[in-house]
Amino acid sequence: MVSSHFEDLLSRFSRGPWPYLLVLAHIAAGTQLVYTQPRSILAFLVLVSSFLTLYFVRADLRFKFFAGALLAVVIIPLIGVRNIFYLEVIFQIAVFAALALGLNIVVGFAGLLDLGYVAFYAVGAYLWAFFGSQQFYAMYYAPGTQPSDLPFLLPGDAFYMFMLLGVVVAAFTGIILGLPVLRVRGDYLAIVTLGFGEVIRVLANNLDKPLNLTNGPQGITPIQRPTMPEGVVEFVNSTLQPLIGHRVTVADMYNLLFYLLALVVIVVIIFVTRRLDDSKLGRAWTAVREDETAAIAQGIPLVKTKLAAFAVGASFAGVMGVLLAASRTFISPESFSFMQSIGVLVMVILGGSGSIPGVILGAATITILNLQVLQGFSLYLTELRQSDAIIPIINFAWKDLSTQLDPAKYQKMLFGIILIVMMIFRPEGMIPATRRRRKIDQEEN
Amino acid sequence: MALLDITRLNKTFGGLKAISEVDFSLEQGRIASIIGPNGAGKTTFFNALTGIYRPDSGQIVFNGKSIVGLRPDKIAARGISRTFQNIRLFQEMTVIENILVGMHVHFRQSAVQTLFRLPFFRDEEAEAERKALELMHYVGLKKVGNELAKNLPYGMQRRLEIARALAAEPLLLLLDEPAAGMNPHETEEITRLFQNIRDEMGITILLIEHDMRVVMKISEEICVMDYGQKIAEGTPAEIRGNSKVIEAYLGRGAVAGQHEESVA
Repeated sequence: MVSSHFEDLLSRFSRGPWPYLLVLAHIAAGTQLVYTQPRSILAFLVLVSSFLTLYFVRADLRFKFFAGALLAVVIIPLIGVRNIFYLEVIFQIAVFAALALGLNIVVGFAGLLDLGYVAFYAVGAYLWAFFGSQQFYAMYYAPGTQPSDLPFLLPGDAFYMFMLLGVVVAAFTGIILGLPVLRVRGDYLAIVTLGFGEVIRVLANNLDKPLNLTNGPQGITPIQRPTMPEGVVEFVNSTLQPLIGHRVTVADMYNLLFYLLALVVIVVIIFVTRRLDDSKLGRAWTAVREDETAAIAQGIPLVKTKLAAFAVGASFAGVMGVLLAASRTFISPESFSFMQSIGVLVMVILGGSGSIPGVILGAATITILNLQVLQGFSLYLTELRQSDAIIPIINFAWKDLSTQLDPAKYQKMLFGIILIVMMIFRPEGMIPATRRRRKIDQEEN
Repeated sequence: MALLDITRLNKTFGGLKAISEVDFSLEQGRIASIIGPNGAGKTTFFNALTGIYRPDSGQIVFNGKSIVGLRPDKIAARGISRTFQNIRLFQEMTVIENILVGMHVHFRQSAVQTLFRLPFFRDEEAEAERKALELMHYVGLKKVGNELAKNLPYGMQRRLEIARALAAEPLLLLLDEPAAGMNPHETEEITRLFQNIRDEMGITILLIEHDMRVVMKISEEICVMDYGQKIAEGTPAEIRGNSKVIEAYLGRGAVAGQHEESVA
């Protein structure tokens, strides 16, 4: 509904210079709004939605690419550094977009309902958490008893290598988990993956004995980050201070670095996903999703094809896990609960299963809803409670409103409502997947 | 040596003998039909042949090698393609893509070639697309390459399923009730298509069919099944006159078939 309305509106301005002007105006307006009203959620939404305008207008691809890069690499980071909360929001959007893109391969392309996807995210995170902290030397100490002056196993810069390693290890885990799991179909697969997801979390919780590998429920900290050259911070402070308005700290610069790294990963993921989708393997995935029996009769090996989907999807989660461990410097089993898997699944379904722009939009929508809209609404209700305002007609004083009613706590209910509404009105998602139209000159024949 | 040689094939489901001691042999380049009343075990026979069911006992030798116990995808790669009784297309894929999936076993592109769109990949895809278009036209589908399979009318879906099966360049084509739900005109067209496939491509065809006009017109051999057993085999003329067949099943069918032929 959102997109079709958008398309109607935009079709009128789809000729001549209009698309270009529209995009630039939207970006400019969004930037201006966020600049003048740094606390307004609406202003931020206007800015972020310019990606949508950019996506839907009919314009030259090079222009779209350039404008998108300008937004993602220049404008948004600048605004993020100015208001560090936005940096957190866009970082989370980027992380979840990458996760959703990975799950999209498994659920959207290959049609395998995986309810334990977050397990691979955990594998990546614990991989760097173990090797990038003091945990290696703390292996023989029970949680809480290790001395604080243990050395670090690897230098922080090994992080970059571990991003690649995270891809390999998570893909490998995907294959190991997939081998027994992928022989079952449909509902059974959902149940078994749910179980495996929980197994990984429980393992993280309990592998503090006999060898302390994960430090149990307390989690691992501190996890190292790559080194930040002093010069970079100085350079940013000396040249960009007038734009930003305050001195940028090293912590801010790290947040920026991880956001930009997440962007790079997303670009790679989109590249890989698009290329695989339009190949023998991608077609085999879709065929398996559409009809397993017919697919195997065409010579498609089911288990191998599904394993490939599992491995590719897992590898995306793995690299994001490594990134998360370094950016948070702290990892605990709590971050990898079943609700996280469900959250990513909701993003895929809401955005459009099998659609790359769709799942990114889904990830952005859910993240903004979680971090900004719900919390903003909670704050607003708290303010109302503290005021003397009264709801007219029914004469209800806001201060009598139960403190139990906190929208930020209703995330799960919201997921449920979103899923139900989407399934009824738009089961194919906000931006539905489309098949590539081939240029075939069929009129001749 | 026969292309397909089956000896004493058995398959039971619980206490039900779906296929019982069936012998069957088919020479390269022939068109043969399997007929029999509903529940006679015809589709089970196809499923055992394509590896969807594993037979309890018996031998299936295809192109000189045993294929018993092989996975369906391996059997497909050996050169057996099939269509299904109730059409099983990849609904959300385009017509061209359906045919490309049919060519799956012939693609040689590697992951690296795919990711970086190396010349080998591009050539292979372009060549496959060209072949797919050719096949589309061969089975009589025009200007629908970019349509989703689910949007095609029924008759075209049947044709697409045949094109997809042909895309694998099989040695043996199994057709499960290909004329079901078609009007006489469509039936005539598709019957001619099968003859062309055999004559021009040299593909051996085995079909299950209830429509006696089709069966009697194109079959060179007919195998009759009832209650999981083969009760007769022979040329159309022999089957028509076989008292066992008339008694078991063809009683009405044979009369109808002869009647229709005399009308034609």
